[in-house]
Amino acid sequence: MVRPQRRAPSWRPFLLFVFLLFLTSGGPAVAKVFDPEVFTLDNGLQVVVVTNRRAPIVTHMVWYKVGAADEAPGESGLAHFLEHLMFKGTETLGPGEFSRIVAENGGRENAFTSWDYTGYFQSVASDRLEIVMEHEADRMTGLKLTDEIVLPEREVVREERRSRVGNDPGSQLFEMMNATLYLNHPYRVPVIGWDHEISALNTESALAFYRRWYAPNNAILIVTGDVDAAEVRRLAEKHYGPIAAKPVPARARPTEPPQHAARRVILKSPRVNQPNVSIRYLAPSYRTSNEGEVYALQVLEEILGGGSSSRLYRSLVVEQGLAAAAGAGYDADRYDQSVFSFFGSPRPGHEVDEVETALRAEIERVLNEGVEAEEVAAAKKRMMAGAIYARDPLGAAPRIIGGALAAGRSIDELEAWPERIDAVSVEQVNAAARAVLRDERSVTGLLLPEPTT
Amino acid sequence: MTGKAQRNVKAQRNVKALCNVKALCNVKAQRNVKAPRNVKALRNVIGGFVLLLSLLAGPFSAGAVEVERVVSPGGIEAWLVEDHTNPIVALEIAFRGGSSLDPIGKEGLANFAAGTIDEGAGELDSRGFQQELNDLAITLRFSAGTDNFNGTLRTLTENRARAFELLRLALSEPRFDEEPVARIRAQIVASIRAGEEDPDVISSRTLREALFGEHPYARRREGTPETLDTIAPADLRRFATERFARDNLIVGVVGDVTPEELSDLLDSTFAGLPERAAPIQVAEAPLENDGTTILVDMVIPQSVVVFGQRGIMRADPDYYAAYMMNHILGGGSFSSRLYQEVREKRGLAYSVYSFLNPMEHAALVQGRVATQNGRVAESLDLIRAEWRRMAEEGPTHEELEHARKFLTGSFPLRLSSSAAIAGMLVGIQLHDLGIDYLDRRNDLIDMITLEDVRRVARRLLDPEGLTVVVVGTPDGIEGVVREVTPGG
Repeated sequence: MVRPQRRAPSWRPFLLFVFLLFLTSGGPAVAKVFDPEVFTLDNGLQVVVVTNRRAPIVTHMVWYKVGAADEAPGESGLAHFLEHLMFKGTETLGPGEFSRIVAENGGRENAFTSWDYTGYFQSVASDRLEIVMEHEADRMTGLKLTDEIVLPEREVVREERRSRVGNDPGSQLFEMMNATLYLNHPYRVPVIGWDHEISALNTESALAFYRRWYAPNNAILIVTGDVDAAEVRRLAEKHYGPIAAKPVPARARPTEPPQHAARRVILKSPRVNQPNVSIRYLAPSYRTSNEGEVYALQVLEEILGGGSSSRLYRSLVVEQGLAAAAGAGYDADRYDQSVFSFFGSPRPGHEVDEVETALRAEIERVLNEGVEAEEVAAAKKRMMAGAIYARDPLGAAPRIIGGALAAGRSIDELEAWPERIDAVSVEQVNAAARAVLRDERSVTGLLLPEPTT
Repeated sequence: MTGKAQRNVKAQRNVKALCNVKALCNVKAQRNVKAPRNVKALRNVIGGFVLLLSLLAGPFSAGAVEVERVVSPGGIEAWLVEDHTNPIVALEIAFRGGSSLDPIGKEGLANFAAGTIDEGAGELDSRGFQQELNDLAITLRFSAGTDNFNGTLRTLTENRARAFELLRLALSEPRFDEEPVARIRAQIVASIRAGEEDPDVISSRTLREALFGEHPYARRREGTPETLDTIAPADLRRFATERFARDNLIVGVVGDVTPEELSDLLDSTFAGLPERAAPIQVAEAPLENDGTTILVDMVIPQSVVVFGQRGIMRADPDYYAAYMMNHILGGGSFSSRLYQEVREKRGLAYSVYSFLNPMEHAALVQGRVATQNGRVAESLDLIRAEWRRMAEEGPTHEELEHARKFLTGSFPLRLSSSAAIAGMLVGIQLHDLGIDYLDRRNDLIDMITLEDVRRVARRLLDPEGLTVVVVGTPDGIEGVVREVTPGG
């Protein structure tokens, strides 16, 4: 449904489109989200193209299906460290030279790492696509590293960790909660790594990880913007096509054992003035879930935590007046088991305990009384609108598509999202809540002030 | 990510809003935001992107978008980029006059008003108003900057008329009922308290206070718990009446609306506003480059260092030369001198940058670095050395041409969303750059010579005159020691 023209021939198709989109009972198929074209090169590189001609620009992204949760024990932070080192040159380009070429072509670039994927992107004028593609393909296999450039970059990453975690008690608590929620799965280890393990990473470990995981058959190429699939295919075959496929290890990650005890993690710091509480439950992801459960959980999240009319905000912040903030969160796009979370922070004059009690009361209410049909209908309507809004920012499509594919989903699944959300019933939401919101699979975290004497 | 971290307070706030583990960096945003706090990727991707300052200073390529001036029968003007690709309309507005107009003793008024005008208006109480926004999936937000008061509206085409009506109600008939006023006040106080934990908030505030002294720009935009306590609904009501008017209104619209339709909406939404806003009386801020270093003691492993001095006004003929100079010194992500010297060669920091900050009544050139306490002195020496080298020698020919290629080539990347384009339309009007600005923008960059950049570097950069604020426990830094002034 993404239309290539800057101006549509008339407004009628859009009204029709919106009408279809808001049909909530069976009927005609609900609209797709991004309407991408998909193909695979002979070497296994999966290619996704979303045409969007609003501006004469393209975003070119390569996602590798490897992330921090694929690191060996003791090498935490390696996936992210390698991401930094990918800017340090290849057999054909010196350190930083790719970045210089991108900038000289008026491009912007960056990279990102999560537990499940590592991604690289450039945004450039559409007539410069081939330039960035050529060099991104080059560094898929041609990375060249020496201690001279690797070691200072390791210090950069340690500074990054100090910025993100060392300076922030809230992030420290988050790390501790995560390491407690997951007993066995590597999601318990922070993406950026533990500092003592980052300090031991080196050129050899980075190159070994690179050789093991970076291959066309373990990557997804996503090109969005002012370009069509035929052109992308021609360029991709020219630049990525010659790279040979190679065996890539299976993502064999330790799995969680049954969990039997609710846990509680408390961080007290003189640096905390504004306390907060969060409760995190193990929850399924798309790949691990029963049919439909993840969609029901997304509707549940919207009902509980979606904005200022949500149950949590209305109850804790508005009606009871206990909290300054309250909400819920759920991310279904993980390769392995994900998290359904709640958070709240007290209003001045109230205690964090009161907020925790009130959060638990809302959780109990969902478990005992369930949600209302009107709540489900309203949540679905907002989520459908969200699918339309997602087509507007140029950066949204590649990010959402890449995240989904790297988490093991298919384009068809992604495109069916509105239909799947539309099909969620009250009973499914209630069943999903009861299956997931179980004390013995949860961690509660408290960020508290510690008075100095 | 490998790029620099967020570059200004606004970007920081957005990033933090996504990160619910951090308490309440932006209370209003938080309640509307989902919680991908552990998707490091998302934070990073967002972290690298544009801010209004660079938006305005960047070049624009002709023909990428067509800007149309729409003037309603009632005399309301808006700039429009019509785009029917998606059934979405994005509107951005600004009223000239921001938190620097807050009365002494009632600091935080504009920000407080931004938080409360969408909490009930006309016949709708807070619950009814917010419920309708949510049910129709309309985004309506307000924020108070130092010099301007901003609003954002995003709606599906089918709810367009109602969305504009809700905007009208918020501006013209806000209720300021007791419950929402008390609630938003408490949220802002919570946010102020959270800021007291945050070295970024403390460093920026301390720098502002050091540079601006008694000038309103030194005041806290959010106010303090004490000043917020003095602000009553009557104050908020007076604010709305005095500040929202037709003569200080600027409108940018992008999306699925024709000029004729927009014209009607402009009248129904804004024509009822008073003709004139209360006058804006803010003095020009005197700035001395006095070279003070201020230490704020905080037990953290990494010091946050911000620095600044007198900059260059947006309307200055040398503004574009200064913009290019800054890009080379510390603005251009991976290629800048500061990035190369501090990060690439020595691994001293993840994030180091400089930027121009032109405001209505003062201008700054500013920067930031964050590094472990033991290496603050070394990092500052390097930054001062680069400040001096640029002041004395200017950039090389190669650096200038590299900057020119980037700055002229990268404009269209800023057309990244309807809201981003609408924001540009507002920014161009605010700075009175002309409706043909998009077409002229590259020429302004192309005209800049090496001599222009050298001249402006000599004029602006004064390494000994930098005011520096260090928050942390740095080794070997001499300076005036300040306590953190409690906010809550």
